[in-house]
Amino acid sequence: MAATSKATIPSSSTIHGSISTLNNPKLLEMSYYFTILSPTDTPLFNIAFGTSKGGGDGIARFRFPETAQYMNQFIIHSSLDILEEAQWTNGGMYLKHIDTYPPAAAYITAFLTPSGARFLLLHQPPNLPSSTSTTSGLGSSSLLGTAGSTTRASSSSIAANPTSPQTEEAVRQFMNEVYENYVKTAMNPFYKQGMEIKSPVFRARVNAAGKKWL
Amino acid sequence: MAVPPRHATMQSISNGNTAQGNDRPPTQQSQQQSQQSPGLRVPSNRKTIYDRHLNRTRNAELSRASFAFLFGEMVTYAQRRVTGIQDLEKRLNEQGYPLGLRLLDLLFYRSTSTSSSALSSSSTSSSPPNRPLRIITLLHLIHGPLWRLLFGRAADALEHSVSAETANEYMITDNDPMVNTYISAPRDMNMLNCAAYVAGIIEGVCDGCGFETKVSAHNQPTELWPSRTVFLVRFGDPVMEREKVLERAGIK
Repeated sequence: MAATSKATIPSSSTIHGSISTLNNPKLLEMSYYFTILSPTDTPLFNIAFGTSKGGGDGIARFRFPETAQYMNQFIIHSSLDILEEAQWTNGGMYLKHIDTYPPAAAYITAFLTPSGARFLLLHQPPNLPSSTSTTSGLGSSSLLGTAGSTTRASSSSIAANPTSPQTEEAVRQFMNEVYENYVKTAMNPFYKQGMEIKSPVFRARVNAAGKKWL
Repeated sequence: MAVPPRHATMQSISNGNTAQGNDRPPTQQSQQQSQQSPGLRVPSNRKTIYDRHLNRTRNAELSRASFAFLFGEMVTYAQRRVTGIQDLEKRLNEQGYPLGLRLLDLLFYRSTSTSSSALSSSSTSSSPPNRPLRIITLLHLIHGPLWRLLFGRAADALEHSVSAETANEYMITDNDPMVNTYISAPRDMNMLNCAAYVAGIIEGVCDGCGFETKVSAHNQPTELWPSRTVFLVRFGDPVMEREKVLERAGIK
């Protein structure tokens, strides 16, 4: 539960955090889980990846790796109710951050195509005290305290703070690029609405978009 | 198992015009084999559909002759094994429906990616359009941008039913539907309107946007416009209910 309270802090501490530039990218790595759902809630496409900007290696490290496989899907699907409410109040395609699941510190960002397919991106900031001490040599510095570590985490990476304007913009670019590829998929006469997207080229494209923007 | 060798011999014997009828089975076999092999079939120039652009230049229009031919074939195809005019129109409608779903995504993609060219040059606003939430915005989308994407001009009229009993009925009028240009129905089928295909497209667009609809095409000739067609758009009850809620919430 300590992780939860920390994860909600960054939005306020962004400004202060910009002072300290951090040379340990491991602290800033976000984990992403991206899903495309059909208008009837059938999953069409799934991909998990991590931060690539700022020296990240692009590998997802979810907080609870043993349950992430199904919990990510569960969290994403549980945000559908909120999405369906937002859908009729906001006419834009990019609906921004719509939902947060505190127990896993998961943030959900949504994009809705005009034909009703939903693109949902789950982002999860790294589990600061425990995971950093194992994944990096700077474990001692992250033990300085809650405020210290979150300030650092939110400092230099757009991905470190899931609700900042920079993140929203980066996700928007990502979503637009996926949308372009989705339209290309949909225009294929052998693809019917609601079919699973199996094309390896599509997967590679989404992966590249993730690398480029997130 | 006697069949494949026979094909092989037939092919090896005749290079000329005699074996044309037998050309097809071997090619089908080779296609099946390549589909079974793992991985993706990539064209020889290594360009997949993902490497192509979705935006077309303004002058890149399709040949009307080839469209007329294709559409004629579609009508002929739909006419097989049908029991009546309604059945035929239903089939045409079903052929148009998936096209409507696709066009919707394409329309928005083109209008957002190149905000200066595709849509906004002809529509009033230059900002990327929002998803339609209300019936009127949806119908304007169909009447204007969609019609321009398909036929190069806007539809001719958009009307709402005056009767309170049929408040869920809207009419889009096209004075001279492009799809009917080269079609004249026989006398005993004069109720038939092949623009049912376009009605299917409209239905696909509405459904894609989350508006459950039934759309049908009707002949309403006038002296000036003998092939004038009215598309009757009937929204379902859940849509009308939501429309009331959204109106109260002040959403446009």
